[in-house]
Amino acid sequence: MEMIEQLFVMLKQAALALPQALLPAELYARYEGMLSLVIGISAILVFAPATMLFLTWMERKVVARMQKRYGPNRVGKFGALQPFADGIKMFMKEDIIPKAVDPLLHSLAPMVILIPAVMIFAVMPFGKDMILVDLNIAILFIMSISSIETIAILMAGWSSRNAYSLISSLRAAAQVISYEIPLGFSMVAVLMMAGSMSTLDIVLAQQGGWFVLTPWGFLGFLIFFLSGAAEVNRTPFDVPEAESELVAGFHTEYSGMKFGLFYMAEFLGAFAIAAFSITFFFGGWLDPFEPLLGFAILPSWLWFMLKTYVLVFVFFWFRGTLPRLRVDLLLNFAWKYLLPMALLNIPIAALWFYLPAGPIRWVAGWAIGGSLIFGMHQLLTYHRVKKLYGRYERPSRPVVTESVPLKS
Amino acid sequence: MQRVNQLHPVAEDFEPAFYKDLHTDLMFLNMGPSHPASHGTLRTFVALDGETIMAAVLEIGYLHRGFEKTAEHRTYDQVIPYTDRLNYVSALMNNVGFAKAVEGLLGVTVPDRCIFLRVIISELMRIVDHLVCQGANLVDIGALTNFWYLFNQREKLYDILDKLTGARLTNSFTRIGGLARDAYEGFEDDVLNVLKDFEAAVLDVTRLVKKNRIFQNRTVGIGVISAEDAISYGFTGPCLRASGVPYDLRAVHPYYYYDQFDFEIPVGENGDVYDRFMVRFEEIHQSIRIIRQALKMLPGGPVNSDDKRVSLPPKDQTYVHIEGLINHFKHIYEGVKVPAGEFYDATEAANGELGFYIVSDDSGKPYRVRCRPPCFTIFSAFPDMVEGGLIADAISTLGSINIIAGELER
Repeated sequence: MEMIEQLFVMLKQAALALPQALLPAELYARYEGMLSLVIGISAILVFAPATMLFLTWMERKVVARMQKRYGPNRVGKFGALQPFADGIKMFMKEDIIPKAVDPLLHSLAPMVILIPAVMIFAVMPFGKDMILVDLNIAILFIMSISSIETIAILMAGWSSRNAYSLISSLRAAAQVISYEIPLGFSMVAVLMMAGSMSTLDIVLAQQGGWFVLTPWGFLGFLIFFLSGAAEVNRTPFDVPEAESELVAGFHTEYSGMKFGLFYMAEFLGAFAIAAFSITFFFGGWLDPFEPLLGFAILPSWLWFMLKTYVLVFVFFWFRGTLPRLRVDLLLNFAWKYLLPMALLNIPIAALWFYLPAGPIRWVAGWAIGGSLIFGMHQLLTYHRVKKLYGRYERPSRPVVTESVPLKS
Repeated sequence: MQRVNQLHPVAEDFEPAFYKDLHTDLMFLNMGPSHPASHGTLRTFVALDGETIMAAVLEIGYLHRGFEKTAEHRTYDQVIPYTDRLNYVSALMNNVGFAKAVEGLLGVTVPDRCIFLRVIISELMRIVDHLVCQGANLVDIGALTNFWYLFNQREKLYDILDKLTGARLTNSFTRIGGLARDAYEGFEDDVLNVLKDFEAAVLDVTRLVKKNRIFQNRTVGIGVISAEDAISYGFTGPCLRASGVPYDLRAVHPYYYYDQFDFEIPVGENGDVYDRFMVRFEEIHQSIRIIRQALKMLPGGPVNSDDKRVSLPPKDQTYVHIEGLINHFKHIYEGVKVPAGEFYDATEAANGELGFYIVSDDSGKPYRVRCRPPCFTIFSAFPDMVEGGLIADAISTLGSINIIAGELER
């Protein structure tokens, strides 16, 4: 078990053994940190595209099942080679740069969107001892890196000189700026309780119990997950690329691998949101049964992947179920609902912090926190419920009447 | 800008000075003729303030095929395949509508079995038309899954039509004075089976969307048209009924024994997208009721009129007797001779009143055929319905009025 647990760490040690043998000890000691970083970065650069390939296949299969169809099933067993076929297609396609576009921005945008999507993996704790850099400002890092995506979308939309792309990029900017705020506030509670911004410390702080089990963690998770879905343009928040309205949104004018990079960034973003939800609220790579059984059932990195893919599946589930929001409703949801809820979450976390540990904290915390959350929810939706129910109070079927001839 | 100003008085209210101060201007956007949500080739030229549609101008004609002119050079039976291409989603209803108009002009009565079969296939096509409209509209709103729930059932019906008519989409099944052929053995059971699937599919979809908050936000109060406006624009069909006017040709001017069937006319309240959705879902249920009754009442006997003017002689006559051979030859080469006159007849098609106005000059070919497509009048109200809304509203409205470009532009 220990061996599987430390598999990737050992692989890294093995990779380091070669320069250790070749280089003089003094030189090696000087560059060891850098070498191990290079190995870690290469691992992530392999992992990220592989994840993306798997996610495209998984999304198509999962959504197909929900929609009573087969999904890809021709290339390879269960269509497993379909992503590779798609990738080859992407590479082989002609890269068209329309005459009217701003060529520099147009070419730069796909890179600007992909690089932060991969960079964010740097602070992701994949397993025990499996984190590239344990930044002590990881939360700030995540916030700052993920917001670069907006700039790339604006670049793509503006440089395309296409009305649909422009509308889409403005939608994306409005959306990401709005959802960034609840996203940030939902992480504040985690940061308060863990006492650290480091993702590793946050995971270790959940050894006593996952944060999602607490009232502030539960609310925080919902806010984080929904805002995250909006941040990476997943359904039902995919207004920037609403294909029935805006053709393909900001990447209408892209073709070939540049289009593929946008696609890749979106999938990596979805994976990252799921992974950080796991890290912040579901105990990261911690084995939930280890405290009970005293031994680990699965290696930590497998736990991390399992939990992440459950949340990724929820993203796909959304896509198979929900219609798309309209852009004004989307912004209303962020400002009028998620933000007040996220602000409420902070005092609830503070209350939890000052309650004495033990069963009383769970009972009192959930009683007070839960009722506060419920009250706030009622308060925020009361107006809407009152306004809408007047309008929605209609027969489940339209009135069926005996037809009468019209007066001529 | 000039164009919108000329074409649309709404453009007067744009307060140009205000936009000048802000250094902003309206943005003009061509939605269509090639756009994912333009069902067919429709062009809507919109003036946008942000995402709000300030003015919309329609342009049609991208799918104009000259149906009416072509019909003047074809015999009446040869026109029927052209009617398939009007509303290609429910081709059989157009066949029935045209055949009924010509038969009215001729004064031919068709056998009861033919009438009941025509009712059954018409109602089946009405269901399919509504399934396609709802499925496509839900896709436009973003609820992709419903599309497959609805379209899978449509495929099953197309298998039946394949067996019945030999074609899946463009069936050309009716003839003047009857049908191309009688129903095959086991047709009734096949239809009853597929009706169950339709009910299940509609139930699946209504459960998925009806109480969905996002769906309601996207449809309630969107694309509203009042009953008065709908009447003055010349709305017919589900869109008119969604506005609260219980006008249905099947009930108001019953034809084909529709007064004998027990069914109801669903009527909406507000005339918004939600009501149009619900009216269509309810109409599917009502059509299923009609088909079940019609299948029970389906009489035996021939499907073609025994009137020698319109029907081909039986094969033994054609091959053995010279009279039969000449009759067959004249029928095929010169067409059904229709006495001189003018005639308008309409049926309740899936989108509304589908009328054919036929002028005959006592020859085998129509002198003039005018088709009254239900979409045409409905689409003319589209700018009124979308102005002041957002782009997303325009898309869901366009889906809900079910524009079929083939029918719109003929």
